[in-house]
Amino acid sequence: MNQLRRTFLKSTGAAGTVAVAIAAGLLRPGQVLAAEWNKVAFDATTTADAMKGLNVAGAAESKDILIKAPDIAENGAVVPVEVTSKIPGTTSIMIFVDKNQNPLIADFEFSNGAEGYVSTRIKMANTSHVRVAVKAGGKAYTATKEVKVTIGGCGG
Amino acid sequence: MAEGMKIRATLQGDVADVKALMNHIMETGLRKDAKTGQLIPAHFINHVVATLNGKTVLEAQWGAAVAKNPFLGFKIKGAKAGDKIVINAADNHGGKMSGEAVIA
Repeated sequence: MNQLRRTFLKSTGAAGTVAVAIAAGLLRPGQVLAAEWNKVAFDATTTADAMKGLNVAGAAESKDILIKAPDIAENGAVVPVEVTSKIPGTTSIMIFVDKNQNPLIADFEFSNGAEGYVSTRIKMANTSHVRVAVKAGGKAYTATKEVKVTIGGCGG
Repeated sequence: MAEGMKIRATLQGDVADVKALMNHIMETGLRKDAKTGQLIPAHFINHVVATLNGKTVLEAQWGAAVAKNPFLGFKIKGAKAGDKIVINAADNHGGKMSGEAVIA
C-alpha cells in the first residue's frame, strides 16, 4: 500500500515537472508528443495561420530554397513538387498551397543524415502560390512558386 | 487500407536516393458522393516515419492534400549499400502500412 503511494507520488511529480516545463516554454507540446498530429496547423484556413501553428510565422524570404513544380499543372489532383533547401542545417520542410481550403499540405522533419530535400505529389484546388517554409538552425525561411492549375483537384 | 507500399533505394555516391509509393485513397473530406450528395469522410495518411537501420531519418505529418497514392522521395547522406530502409505510415482512421527496402 505504502509502496503504491510512493509510486503514485513519484509519477505525478514527474508529470508535474513536464507541465511546468511546457508552461515555461522550455518544451513545446509537439516535442513531448512527437507523434501528435498538428491539428491546429492542418485545420488552419490561411497560410499565415498554418505557419503560426508550425512556429514559422515571419519566416525570411530565401533564394536558397528551390521549388521544382510545373508552371502549369493540367491536373490539380496530382501536382509533382520537389523541394531542395540549400540552407545548412535544414531540419524541416513544410509545403503550403495558399488557395487550398486548408493550405498546409505536409511537414517533413529530417534527422540522422537525411538531406534538406523532399519530393512528393500534392493536390491543388486552384491556381495558387506554392509556398515552402524551411527550419534551419532555429530560424525560419520561406520561398514561393506560382503554379497555374487548369482542373482543380480538391472539391467534387 | 489497401495493402502496399513500394520502396526503391539507390546509392548515388554517399547519398541514398529513396523513393516510395504508397497505395492510399487520400480522401480529402471535401468531395461529395455523386449519388447521395453527402460529403465523403476524410481518409488520408497523416503520419509517415522513415528509418535507416532503425534510426529515424524522416518524420512527416501530412494533410489530406497530399495526392492520391502518395509518392515520397528523400535523400540520406552517409548511407551505404546494404543499409535497410523501413517506412511506416498511419492514416487518420488508424490504418497502418509499412514497407522496407535495402539500399542498392
